[in-house]
Amino acid sequence: MNISLSEAAPVVSPTSGDGVLSLLWLIPALPALGALVILVLGNRRTSPWAHWLGTATVALSFLIGLVAFFQLLGRDESDRSVGQHLWTWFEAGSFTVDLGILYDPLSSLFVLLITGVGSLIHLYSVGYMAHDAARARFFGYLNLFVAAMLVLVLSDGYLGVFLGWEGVGLASYLLIGFWHHKPTAATAAKKAFVVNRVGDMGMVLATTLMFATFGTVSFEGVSELASGASQTTLNILALLLLLAACGKSAQVPLQSWLLDAMEGPTPVSALIHAATMVTAGVYLVVRSNFIYELTEVGRTAVVIVGAVTLLAGAIIGCAKDDIKKALAGSTMSQIGYMMLAAGLGVAGYAFAIFHLLTHGFFKANMFLGAGSVMHAMDDDVNMRHYGALQKAVPVTFLTFAMGYLAIIGFPGFSGFWSKDKIIETAFGESLWIGLAALAGAGITAFYMTRLMIMTFLGRKRWEPGVHPHESPKVMTIPLIVLAALSVLGGVLLLGDWIVDWLTPVVGHAEHHELPLPVIAYTLIVVAVVAVGVAVAWLLVAKRDIPREAPQKVSFVTRAARADLYGDAANEALLMRPGNNLVEGLVTFDDDYVDGVVDGTGSAAIGMSGTFRRIQTGYVRSYALSVFAGALLVVLALLAVNLG
Amino acid sequence: MNDFPWLTTLVVLPLLGAVAVMALPRTKGERAATQSDLPQQVALGVSLLTFGVAVVTAFQFDTDASGFQLEETHNWIEAFGAHYALGVDGLGLVLVLLTVILTPVVILASWRDGDRGRWSVNSFFAWMLALEGLAIGTFAATDVFLFYVLFEATLIPIYFLIGGFGGARRSYAAIKFLIFSLLGGLVMLASVVGLYAESAGSDGGPTYLLEELAPIMAAADTDVARWLFVGFFIAFAMKAPMFPVHTWLPDAADEATPGTSVLLVSVLDKIGTFGMIRFCLGLFPEASEWATPVVLVLAVISILYGGLVAIGQRSIPRLIAYTSVSHFGFIVLGIFVMNSQGHVGATLYMFNHGLSTGVLFLVTGFLIARRGSRMIPDFGGVQTVAPVLAGIFLVGGLSSLSLPGLSPFVSEFLVMTGAFVHNWWYAVFAVFGIVLAALYILLMYQRTMTGPVRPGVEGVRDLGVREVAAMAPLLVLIIGLGFFPKPLLDVIEPSVETTLTTVGAEDPAPDVTEADVHAGGSDEEAHAE
Repeated sequence: MNISLSEAAPVVSPTSGDGVLSLLWLIPALPALGALVILVLGNRRTSPWAHWLGTATVALSFLIGLVAFFQLLGRDESDRSVGQHLWTWFEAGSFTVDLGILYDPLSSLFVLLITGVGSLIHLYSVGYMAHDAARARFFGYLNLFVAAMLVLVLSDGYLGVFLGWEGVGLASYLLIGFWHHKPTAATAAKKAFVVNRVGDMGMVLATTLMFATFGTVSFEGVSELASGASQTTLNILALLLLLAACGKSAQVPLQSWLLDAMEGPTPVSALIHAATMVTAGVYLVVRSNFIYELTEVGRTAVVIVGAVTLLAGAIIGCAKDDIKKALAGSTMSQIGYMMLAAGLGVAGYAFAIFHLLTHGFFKANMFLGAGSVMHAMDDDVNMRHYGALQKAVPVTFLTFAMGYLAIIGFPGFSGFWSKDKIIETAFGESLWIGLAALAGAGITAFYMTRLMIMTFLGRKRWEPGVHPHESPKVMTIPLIVLAALSVLGGVLLLGDWIVDWLTPVVGHAEHHELPLPVIAYTLIVVAVVAVGVAVAWLLVAKRDIPREAPQKVSFVTRAARADLYGDAANEALLMRPGNNLVEGLVTFDDDYVDGVVDGTGSAAIGMSGTFRRIQTGYVRSYALSVFAGALLVVLALLAVNLG
Repeated sequence: MNDFPWLTTLVVLPLLGAVAVMALPRTKGERAATQSDLPQQVALGVSLLTFGVAVVTAFQFDTDASGFQLEETHNWIEAFGAHYALGVDGLGLVLVLLTVILTPVVILASWRDGDRGRWSVNSFFAWMLALEGLAIGTFAATDVFLFYVLFEATLIPIYFLIGGFGGARRSYAAIKFLIFSLLGGLVMLASVVGLYAESAGSDGGPTYLLEELAPIMAAADTDVARWLFVGFFIAFAMKAPMFPVHTWLPDAADEATPGTSVLLVSVLDKIGTFGMIRFCLGLFPEASEWATPVVLVLAVISILYGGLVAIGQRSIPRLIAYTSVSHFGFIVLGIFVMNSQGHVGATLYMFNHGLSTGVLFLVTGFLIARRGSRMIPDFGGVQTVAPVLAGIFLVGGLSSLSLPGLSPFVSEFLVMTGAFVHNWWYAVFAVFGIVLAALYILLMYQRTMTGPVRPGVEGVRDLGVREVAAMAPLLVLIIGLGFFPKPLLDVIEPSVETTLTTVGAEDPAPDVTEADVHAGGSDEEAHAE
């Protein structure tokens, strides 16, 4: 281990803010207001203007976030943590839970990502959802999501985070199931929520454990006291938070919901299931650095989860013909990278966030691009029905290509900088982790090249009657902006800016002693990526792509198509035994628990039956029985009294 | 002002209202819908007036003081030491407020539910008002004998409401409910009599006043106290209801009208958990500690068992009834972990559960009345034809699964915290309840509301103005108290302190304090520098 532990994680100690920094509460409040207005007034009444209201509230939040960011930039490094107490949520005994804002270098970046990418996706949705009768409701949900996500990243304590955490879960549920008449969408929505609830168990137990240990759940309190807790407590705390993170960020073993979540409208996939919500788990781990810094076990678990997921997601991505599912596998994989980086501790936190931001740009870009393609192809998602689209949708193609070059790590593009840093740091931790991250980069290059070729290049394999057309400006402008960000996102690393910026939050690590010079790792990564691209070129572009997926394929392909049997495992290990348990208990309840009652009661019921035959339904009889009861009471009391 | 008998007014007002409703011209049967709605209107007016008086009463309540307030004490049956004694602490006040909030809501929501009963529409609403008055009396009684009488008296209106206005198997359900309740009552009666025997032997002579009984019982023989505790506890567990004495509830909820189910589950069942705090803990603190492990295990079983069995139900009201078994498990868990978080959580839970279950029973009641079936497989696609109904159903469901931001979250989280602090094993088991809740609510939502519109569902109208008006107050409270539960917590806190002092329980201090960190860390810091 090269990471120095002598320097403990920074304690969260916010100062008060003035000017725009005292108006921070408006950032989540504006979209929340938008959601409230749209959802309470209803779809019909708000449909003429709901989309503009929804977009405007998020854009306004972005502007406030931007001004606030520059204010923070202008402050001294030691002064860049601004706190604002809002109100006391609840208290019981010595347990006080306050709702408050913590605006620091970490949350400031998230605010910009959420509201910035959020504004673009709102704008895009104005066009994308134009023909949906329930567009107003869609914007209501989307605003609700943005508000909840902002609560998540701006809260100054774990329960505030949990409030946002469940809020984004709700929004995700509502938006995955937006087309509720489709049974697949409704099932996917429920699955996402339930799987996330499994993660939430971790969150609930973690917060209750925090209270039992520290008497508080605020970041300030926990970060100050963490070093006093026992090693076991810290280990358990870290693992419980990781469980929560796995649910929200679709990490193994709670990954299975994300692929199904693609049932939601594509802007939702871009905003929630790629750029922002699914990264909340990474945020949680990085935010909890004051805990993870104290537990080797916790960090190792995070690294393992990240490494496994980055490979699993990439492999799944290779076999999908559904463009959105291929991208979803890729999202899992990229978040795996972020998780892995976060698990590397002080050396990795900043790079996890860096990759989170660049991924937010290029993946949102590509999802929206996929939406634009689907728009052109009458909502067909099967890439085997695409091909040769670069001429039909030129803007979409060019912007998508920028995202593609960014994700595979083409030198100079944003993803190149962020992924390279993670791989390098992973090699600093251990050879095996480094190799896993490196292999992931190669597979990423393969599946993304395959996706590019199948969608935009090669011959036309279109369904009859499809006439692809470029999307309207309201959709292509967000694509262009996101493409630009995908290209240029690397500037955040100039002069190690992002590392220095985050130092007050996550601490600063000494540089690693790597066995090879840094440039050697970069070259190796580029070489592996090139191999991945070349293999895809040989296997996909040089061959004819059948319109039907071939059935005679290798075991690996079959496994990848079946999401590496994640659902099958859930089915066999949880759902089927669970169903049996439920059915067994229902029978047990009806036949035994209730049976005993009915058995003993049947005599009495029989008696009352006779009773009723005598005085059918007369109020008198009931009054009589009540009177008899009362008499019994008095007699009993008298008996004792006299006795 | 404080000499005014506020609580008696709250008890008597609805009872007089019930008499007044019966005095109106009777409307009954198929023609009821075309006859005047005067009984409904008068009943609603009386319940709103009661609500108004209760609000005024609540403002008399001093949240800084502990013990009973607004007390009225009169001798009743001196030979037994029974008094007509009323008074409320935070616990009692919260439940009185729940009762006066839910009654007008239920009356408004049940506007046409009395039309097809065995008896007149008048009697349907009169029984509801009678139930309100008796329930308020039960929550305000500070004399054990008075409590017992009112506790038994509440059975009469609910029996008639189920047996006279329910579904096809209403007689079976009503009698099953009555037998369970009478059996529970009988067990409690034994303990009530036992209390008399104890107090009659004391210096002050026989008394049923709580304030006088508590010191007498503190000096009583441990075994006697334990036996008396068991009597009360069994009665309250059947009322609550807890596993394994819960099976009357699904049947009752299945057959009763939705409004009756709300009054039964949201209000009357709370007498069970209310009684555990007021009487089991209040009179038998040592016995309560003694019974804690068994009760906690039963509570956790109720949470998990209720949730699992709920998932497997095909009838909507039965499903909701089983969710309540799970929720009552949480309440009992909170009570018997014997710390502030658990108690504040449990008390708040009683209120919040009333709201969330109220929404669920009423809104599904609207749905069931429209479709003419309560079986889940008969539904599907309701969200397409009745979006407002579906939306309110979802909010009710999300509050039932304790989504943060909605009021039940705060109470459930506090109970979980209390359980963890008491012994983390209970929390580890109970936490699975939150996954089960997501399953039973969202599965029901998926099966009834989403998917293609099923045959028979096309004709389902969306909610009308009256129905939305009935639901609106509950929804506002659920969301409002989700973010600002402080006013209720301020009312609850002093009564929790009193109860915990009685039991002699103290909250454990956190493991790590600032002193630990600074004392332990100073060497290292010095070393590092």
